[in-house]
Amino acid sequence: MFHIVVCGGIVPDPLQTLEPVKGPAGWGLKNELMLPSILDPWASHALYEAAHLAKAVPGSKVWLVSLGPKAKLQQVMMTVAQKAPFELVVADGPAGGFVDSFEVAEALFAAISGIAGLDASKLLLFGGWQSASRGSGSTLQILGEKLGITDQFQGVDKLTVGADGSLEVMERIEGGAYQISTCTGAPAALGWATGELPEPPNNPQVGMANMRLVMPALQKAKPAAVNAAAIDYQSVTLPAQKRETRVVKDTPVDVIAQEIIDWLAS
Amino acid sequence: METILFCAPVAADGTLAKASLEALSAAKTLAEGLGATLAVGLFGADVAPAAAAVAACGPVFAVTGEAFAVARYATDAAALEALAKAASATIIIAADDSRVSRALPGVAARLNGRIDAHVVAIAAKDGKPLVTRGYYRQRMTAELTRAARPWCVTVSGGCYAAYDGAPGQASLTDVSVPVTEAMTRTTIKAVVAPSADEQTIRPDAKMLFVAGAGWTKKQGDGAAHVPEAGQLILGFLGKAKASLGSSKSLVDMGGEGESVLPFLTHLHQVGQTGATPRHQKGLATCCHGEEPHVVGWRFITERRAVNLDAACGWAQGKADVLYVADAFEVMRRVNELLG
Repeated sequence: MFHIVVCGGIVPDPLQTLEPVKGPAGWGLKNELMLPSILDPWASHALYEAAHLAKAVPGSKVWLVSLGPKAKLQQVMMTVAQKAPFELVVADGPAGGFVDSFEVAEALFAAISGIAGLDASKLLLFGGWQSASRGSGSTLQILGEKLGITDQFQGVDKLTVGADGSLEVMERIEGGAYQISTCTGAPAALGWATGELPEPPNNPQVGMANMRLVMPALQKAKPAAVNAAAIDYQSVTLPAQKRETRVVKDTPVDVIAQEIIDWLAS
Repeated sequence: METILFCAPVAADGTLAKASLEALSAAKTLAEGLGATLAVGLFGADVAPAAAAVAACGPVFAVTGEAFAVARYATDAAALEALAKAASATIIIAADDSRVSRALPGVAARLNGRIDAHVVAIAAKDGKPLVTRGYYRQRMTAELTRAARPWCVTVSGGCYAAYDGAPGQASLTDVSVPVTEAMTRTTIKAVVAPSADEQTIRPDAKMLFVAGAGWTKKQGDGAAHVPEAGQLILGFLGKAKASLGSSKSLVDMGGEGESVLPFLTHLHQVGQTGATPRHQKGLATCCHGEEPHVVGWRFITERRAVNLDAACGWAQGKADVLYVADAFEVMRRVNELLG
């Protein structure tokens, strides 16, 4: 039996145009609260894997812990809640990428510490191995340390649980290779990459069951104390580089192929 | 005054990985810019050859033993923590390889320090260290500094030339780290990698070949030619010794039951939820999409694209050359010319 805590923030829909702006609270995105958001992609995979594992191991339970503005989280939960059964735990605070990972870990730690009935000896701490906002790949490890978890794995694509509760983990390493490890069991922290499961279809029944707990969780969310001044940003800019693209068309394939060959050899 | 510690795991053959030597160049550059002390921290089964290779950089602190030979969070974090304390480091710099990226954030937490990962540039400005890194999947770039210490920084590969100073006799300080039972709950069983011939992810290749979803779509004759697409792509990769990247849409097709290129996995994916590889040259074929999808080849120096749409956002303003042509025909001929 596992107590699976999935940490996942919200990020702007990847198809949105993003522009950094500096406001009174530090750096953020232009019209950040207006941008449609999604659950962070790699955290989503962690959630699907958690739900799959909880279903396979009777007695297990999944919590989704998220730091973000309540109003945005409520919007995102309308979709996410239909994907997998979980109980939401909310820390009401900024979800942007410019917040320090240490500060985020502190806020998540406070939220997790407040979960009633959470058994640390059964804890599997899940999350994405990087966010699509900060992209630091450090929050989960810091949080794991705060929770006293010293068996940690990153870039996980597969988790197999043995009959004795041991864990076999496949982690991405360099050059398209995998490292396979075994751990004697929980507690452990796993930062998921893509995993093996496809995105589950929306299940309205799961959504209805989840939303009964989501709304109270949002209402009782405590403000998270996040120090926006932890990082001294000197500048935040969009890449300005725009290339002059030479378009080659109405040209015989032989000529194009030879040009590519010459370029390869240069 | 800052004390900068460069940290790296030592491979089984006693050498340092190229990514680590690049991070060492970054650390050296910063130390020189700040007028700071530079020290080296190494951990592994036997660090002597690596210590000799970097002896000219500064004093070397070392954690050695069989327990530290493997890439395991608990022992790696313990080693890095001990090295940081032994060197009284205020700034800790390492490569952002999988091993250090797994452990160093936890070390920052243990030291009550802070961390910035995947840094692409590091410099001294007005007497302060300044790092540059991407946000929102490299769609924007920030320059930042911090007052908090210790400050851990991981440096992305391909941003600095690898350190190649003359070897010497290292001033070596052994740092003892007791290995407890709790640190060995995890056992490394194996590293699984395709054979060199089968491997299509080649980080050291000069060329990245990006395959887009167009390869699996219906062609001019009204039929899809997925097997031929696979042969053309693998043929090119083999002959040009190129690395393969793919768009998310092409990789996802496998999970959606559509006909796919069987050798593609999520590990090949570049872009928003994939890798942002660094190669000298990149050739994108049958790739379409606007700005968010293009981050996958933001760090490719020379970029060319082949697709049928002259106005495609993947190429316009992003590629140096766009060939408006049928990628099947072009790559078939390219492969013939490559022999």
